[in-house]
Amino acid sequence: MKELITLRVNGEPRTVAADPHHTLLEVLREELGLTGTKHGCELGECGACTVLVGGAPVLSCLTLPALIGGAEVTTVEGLATGEKLHPLQVAFAEEGAAQCGYCTPGMLMTAKALLDSTPRPTREQIAQAISGNLCRCTGYTAIYEAIEKAASRNGVAGAEPVRRAGGANSITGAKLP
Amino acid sequence: MSEFSVIGRRLPKVNSWAHLTGEARYADDLFPPRMLYGRLLRSTRPHARIKRIDVSRALAHPGVVAIVTGADMPEKMGIMPSTQDETALAVDKVRYVGEPVAGVAAVDEDTAFEALELIDVEYEDLEPVFTIEEALEREDVKIHQTSKRANVFKEVHLSFGDLDGGFAAADHVRDDWFFFEGNTHAPIESHSAVASYGPDDKLTLWTATQVPHYLHRELEKVLGLPRSRIRVIATPNGGAFGGKSDPFGHEFAAALLSMRTRRPVKITLDREEVFYAHRGRHPVKMRIRTGVKKDGEITAVHYQSWLDGGAYASYGIATTYYTGALLTVTYRIPAYKFDGVRVYTNKPPCGPKRGHGTTQPRYGFECQLDKIAEDLRLDPLDYRKRILQPANSRTVNELRITSMGLGDCLDALQRATRYSERRGQLGRGKGVGLAGSAYISGAGLPIYWNEMPHSGAEIRIDRGGGVTVMCGTSEIGQGSDNMLASVAAEALGILPSDVHVVSGDTSLAPVDLGSYSSRVTFMAGNAVKDAAMKLRALLFAAASEKLEVPKKRLLAAYRRIYDRDDPEKFVLFADAAVLAESKHGTLVAAGSYQPPKGIGGTFKGAGVGPTPAYSYQAAVAEVSVDLETGTLTVDKVTTAHDCGRALNPANVEGQIEGSAYMGYGEIIAEEQVFRGGLHKKPSLLEYKLPTSLDTPVLEAIVVESVDAEGPFGAKEAGEGPLNPVIPAIANAVYDAIGVRFDETPITPEKILDALGKRDRRGQPKSRIGPDGLNGGKSDPKNALRRLTASTAARERKRMS
Repeated sequence: MKELITLRVNGEPRTVAADPHHTLLEVLREELGLTGTKHGCELGECGACTVLVGGAPVLSCLTLPALIGGAEVTTVEGLATGEKLHPLQVAFAEEGAAQCGYCTPGMLMTAKALLDSTPRPTREQIAQAISGNLCRCTGYTAIYEAIEKAASRNGVAGAEPVRRAGGANSITGAKLP
Repeated sequence: MSEFSVIGRRLPKVNSWAHLTGEARYADDLFPPRMLYGRLLRSTRPHARIKRIDVSRALAHPGVVAIVTGADMPEKMGIMPSTQDETALAVDKVRYVGEPVAGVAAVDEDTAFEALELIDVEYEDLEPVFTIEEALEREDVKIHQTSKRANVFKEVHLSFGDLDGGFAAADHVRDDWFFFEGNTHAPIESHSAVASYGPDDKLTLWTATQVPHYLHRELEKVLGLPRSRIRVIATPNGGAFGGKSDPFGHEFAAALLSMRTRRPVKITLDREEVFYAHRGRHPVKMRIRTGVKKDGEITAVHYQSWLDGGAYASYGIATTYYTGALLTVTYRIPAYKFDGVRVYTNKPPCGPKRGHGTTQPRYGFECQLDKIAEDLRLDPLDYRKRILQPANSRTVNELRITSMGLGDCLDALQRATRYSERRGQLGRGKGVGLAGSAYISGAGLPIYWNEMPHSGAEIRIDRGGGVTVMCGTSEIGQGSDNMLASVAAEALGILPSDVHVVSGDTSLAPVDLGSYSSRVTFMAGNAVKDAAMKLRALLFAAASEKLEVPKKRLLAAYRRIYDRDDPEKFVLFADAAVLAESKHGTLVAAGSYQPPKGIGGTFKGAGVGPTPAYSYQAAVAEVSVDLETGTLTVDKVTTAHDCGRALNPANVEGQIEGSAYMGYGEIIAEEQVFRGGLHKKPSLLEYKLPTSLDTPVLEAIVVESVDAEGPFGAKEAGEGPLNPVIPAIANAVYDAIGVRFDETPITPEKILDALGKRDRRGQPKSRIGPDGLNGGKSDPKNALRRLTASTAARERKRMS
């Protein structure tokens, strides 16, 4: 029997009818159309479904919506602000930190929580923070570099996030062959 | 100053932005209106006859819309046309635990799960066969009736040069056995397919596949629907690594359920099912005999492999040949014999995993070379450099070698790691190890015989200067969409971000054979370059007229076509497009690629091994072994890889690092293993993928040999770099503790066993590995008795 559930997702109040045993992951993906959050194992093993609840990373495949009350849920769709990408998104693109992209939304959310609490993390702190997010493509190296790059741009003047339409493919200052 | 404006630059991938914002649509992200949820019922028996399937209770369950079983799709299918032994869903017999038996479509997922419980299947158990040894001996049990001898799937024997003469001329002969354990791809995205059969009697299948074209052919065969009425769209794959390159039961089941219901049907496998779908690394037993002169020059190699293929063929015929085909392309081997046998067992089918069939023999051979170097008191790095197969040569098994950068890779590694000075000098418990390797830039032959191109591409330039590239490649995370955009952009003088890419769609894009055998950069890259150069000629003709500059003086870059001698004299790309369309009509061009003839031999079996260009790579691993706990820590892996030319260095490094990561996982822990036919680790909790805390420091060194035939000189980078990592780690462990690990994975238990610390009776050993086909442990009959007893015990426990 479906029940009405009210959530705050990416700054918007959303009320949906869902089976009470359905997880936050299912409700986000199937009731709210927020398919950016991925399911990888549905047993809390891979971290692909990580979202932020009240700013902290949680595994949405193990979370029942009824248990989070009015806490703010942030998904990958809520990472950019309007046309401005989050510094993590830009750095991930520049460093090639997303290969197949499937672990990426969860990885980004975990990284955002880390940078929000630890603006200049060491590599050890990054490794610890993302140890619950499995990536099968990169070997993590590019992910470390991307998170470090985003951290180094945090709050630095002149490091405005680029617009998303391939802004980093700049031709400014390019030399003709 | 670079001669290129796009090639060689670290530009973000064109599809990054969709991945990074959650906008990328993987198959499981599709929710078309009226969609039904599908699930598969899977076999609980390793080997059994299906006596009866009764779906009536399930069909009567509220919310269940349709059910299909094997009898609805009895046509044989499989990736290799010559060895098709599978059906979409099991017919009459099941051959492994987890084999799909029936498919259900229901209004929601919960209902579909409930329906599975209501399908009654009556099995009559047959004796299962689980090991290579049993499969070779059990004439009385046949997994497939097609096996002529016991449960042998394929047996091959190839001989080149004077083997006896070679061994007779040797000063030293090594004879070693190795075992490489099976393991699986474990992409983070599980397989998923959405089928939609429309009112126009056309079927569209969105699916996470590496091979949309081959799947297209199999759908026609199994569904009895002409290919002209089927459209396959390969959705972005959330990782694949070879695991999504077979046609799978869930794809056919979703399609047929949609045909029956006229509604879209989605089937997404859960994580446990992905372990049953498998098609991963074959367990392989190997015997390698190598003869060498005093200075290490190889005089002969006799390589034998026994592959545990699991229940079906998959790519097995190619895998079998690949275990023997590529040993010859790295070092000079004047005489070579290869014997390979692949057997059927009652386990999920093995297939191609990154490095397909070459990873296991490369592990054995590079470990053996390390032993030979030690026997002859040679430095392993210097030794390898002295016996390199030369560039622009032929191997003893008639493979054409063109660009060859293994020597440069070894030099780069020595500079980066000081391997030669550090080997043997790090003290007990610490070690360094080295290995080399090679891989193909695409299989030289297609999977089904034909004379058509291996890859086709089409480019359209619109009146606004927009460029659309269409190619049948499947984007699996390796960066193929970006490669297509980059090659087209370089040729046309625009930027990758200006290009729209349409890939993996059998209706909109010309055929590319698929994202397997590391073929896409080389083959699709050449096809798209071919198409782009045709359009470049039309644009240059128009620009030449406008600028009154001869065509040969024109160059194109950064959205301009300009005079080489006076770059301020230019036409904007978008204006050139209008001029060219006015002059030549609609701007569309097709390009294609086919490997050259004569790159391999003509003997039976010569089809596997040839490629237009081999990639080369070598790795140095640095390890620490805890002598009390047996814990093996890999501190660092440095991999140098000859990719011809790095079209995008950031992406090439990503492939090298990702390969090193995957190889590391294979030797340290990963194993697809079974107990009584049941998978021992069918979850990511038990089948442990290395986390960020486990993974060594990975360093990638790009070596560029600039291949004459590759697109802008490029060769593959996606698979080869995995191969040397595994033997490099095994050789480093030897350097650390003096124990040869001639079997994978190297677990703490095995290390403690080798150190004599596993139990009170333990004796230190100098080697862990097999001594023969039966491993000298027990005969197959005993294994079978033990197995039967444990199965019976499990059954009793379940019943009580």
